[in-house]
Amino acid sequence: MEHIKELLYKMADDLLILGHRNSEWTGLGPILEEDIAFSSMAQDKIGHAQALFQILFELGEAEPDTNAFMREAKQFHNSQLVELPNDDYDFSSVRHFLFDHADQIRFNMLSESSFEPLAKVARKIKGEIKYHVFHADIWLVKLGNGTEESKARMQSAINMAWNYALGIFEEGDYELQLQSENIFAGEKELQKRWLDAITPIIEKANLKIPAESEWNPILGGRKGYHTEYLDQLVNEMSEVFRIEPNTEW
Amino acid sequence: MIQSLDPRIAREKINEENNIAPLTEMDNWETYEVFHQKKRGDQHIHVGIVHAPNPEMAFLFGKEQYGRRGISVNMWVVKTSNVFASDYDDSDIFDTVPEKQYREAGGYKVMSKINKYKKENTL
Repeated sequence: MEHIKELLYKMADDLLILGHRNSEWTGLGPILEEDIAFSSMAQDKIGHAQALFQILFELGEAEPDTNAFMREAKQFHNSQLVELPNDDYDFSSVRHFLFDHADQIRFNMLSESSFEPLAKVARKIKGEIKYHVFHADIWLVKLGNGTEESKARMQSAINMAWNYALGIFEEGDYELQLQSENIFAGEKELQKRWLDAITPIIEKANLKIPAESEWNPILGGRKGYHTEYLDQLVNEMSEVFRIEPNTEW
Repeated sequence: MIQSLDPRIAREKINEENNIAPLTEMDNWETYEVFHQKKRGDQHIHVGIVHAPNPEMAFLFGKEQYGRRGISVNMWVVKTSNVFASDYDDSDIFDTVPEKQYREAGGYKVMSKINKYKKENTL
């Protein structure tokens, strides 16, 4: 079961941390309707994380709430991309684009998984992720084709986020086992499909992917190596729960 | 500037003396009327408006503004400028309609006939 748990933890942590970061825009978004949409999607992400924590619980791990709010930063397995602080909306929007495409493809791959509980979750949330990607694509294309300023900002956000985004595909310890048991086809395959999916849209947005010779994946998140931003996030996120961990909510 | 302990507010560097300024052209997008359909085959029901620059984004926003609670299977968005409305001054054309009960289908008291039949035939 270790191979499945590793996969579930990294997915759940990515979704929980990103959901939290995206929720930080609530009330501060650029346009009312966009603020509502972005916050709603952040809720969705946390819901997806919860579904995965529930599977982990059924596999013998801690209860979802305890798992989410009682771990220290170095015990998290999210990619470093999702813990980075929200800078301007251009960064958050580009992160949303890069991550959600990978997320959608990952869940699509998992909807055929031999591990039924995960396949079931993947099939259930398909529609939600479809909207998230639809949303990300529209904004990227609109802003990439907008004014000089919007184009420059989006490009520099892509350049800044790129190496962090490659960290999503950091391979785990059980890649071969997950593949041989038909649970998950692996990070390499995911990255390949991700590139195929995002390239035409980035082109449509009149933007560029950094040259492959300059790619330098920022790894370590999956093994618990994080930036100081995750400490700050975990403290804030867990603060209320930790005051009284055994309360009935 | 607003000095807040909450870093998310503080970093926005909001100016407290909010000078009222005229709207620039980019400040307000057109509005779109949003209609949603609860079940395939039902009528689409008007639920409100969204501000958006084009139909694609109107749909994007409409889904989250009005499709977050309850079931929807479909959504229409129509530019408010494409909606034609009657004048409130002309609402007197509807004044005598409530008196015209003969136009209602209530004259066909179907349920009471069915119940009467059921009663007679189960005795």
